[in-house]
Amino acid sequence: MSDPAPRFDPSAAADFLVSRAHNGWLGMRFSDHGEDWVEMELPWRADLRGEEERDILASGPIVSLLDMAGGLSIWTRTGEFRAIATLDLRVDYTRPARERMSVFGRVQCYRTTRSAAFVRGIAHDGDPDDPVAHMQAVFMTIDKRTVDLPDRRSGENARG
Amino acid sequence: MAEAPEIALLTPYARSLGIALDRWDQEAPVLRVDFSEAVLGRPGALHGGAISGLLETAGYGALRASLARSGREASFVPINITVQFLRAGDEKRSFASARIVKLGRRTANLSVEAWQDDAAKPIASAVMNVMIRDAG
Repeated sequence: MSDPAPRFDPSAAADFLVSRAHNGWLGMRFSDHGEDWVEMELPWRADLRGEEERDILASGPIVSLLDMAGGLSIWTRTGEFRAIATLDLRVDYTRPARERMSVFGRVQCYRTTRSAAFVRGIAHDGDPDDPVAHMQAVFMTIDKRTVDLPDRRSGENARG
Repeated sequence: MAEAPEIALLTPYARSLGIALDRWDQEAPVLRVDFSEAVLGRPGALHGGAISGLLETAGYGALRASLARSGREASFVPINITVQFLRAGDEKRSFASARIVKLGRRTANLSVEAWQDDAAKPIASAVMNVMIRDAG
């Protein structure tokens, strides 16, 4: 009997997972999580503006934020870190973000099947009850095997 | 780019990500982004968010070019975007171009595709609805 892999813990793993590549370039960081949801923060940065004249994050980085929070919510709900790929993602922009504000992406995984995971969430700029965007997405498992996080912290005791 | 209308196709975000105008195809701009760490997702595949950013930028570019040709000055407010991820994007140059399905007075509907080596094998497609606010 081999030791079971530690349960995926977004509070330990998320910052490591977004430290590189596109998410690292955007400067995402972990904010909060529950049993089946994760919230990530995208701090304001001038070179991510969507218009020259206004200090508001472009919509592209908000899609990236929601996509990543969606993936993390799946690993959090299932407790297992597996390779997944976004199949379909929809974002409704309900209002512009306020100037120079961080945007938070809070996404819940509400259903998983053997190979698909369904998520829904919001983006907000401080008040989750007043979202700037709503999202819905479907992810597919592309590898049934779980992946050990290449991170010392993954060996620590996971929280419930 | 002699035929390119003198319009701003790229947002600060798009330029920062490395998106550039590749060429004009009919009346729509074809945008490209070279592979870099900034567009990488999981190892070996482009990030869906970066591909979405390229698609969106191509959508706004086509719309801006079309409005410029008819002398309309306007700003855009995004309504929504639905992206289909069709294939993993490899670590190489990607392109995107949009078709204006409907251009109305207040809204536009756009169909956008992104591809790499072969435009007939898109890596992603998107439908976008955009609110148009005429200037003045």
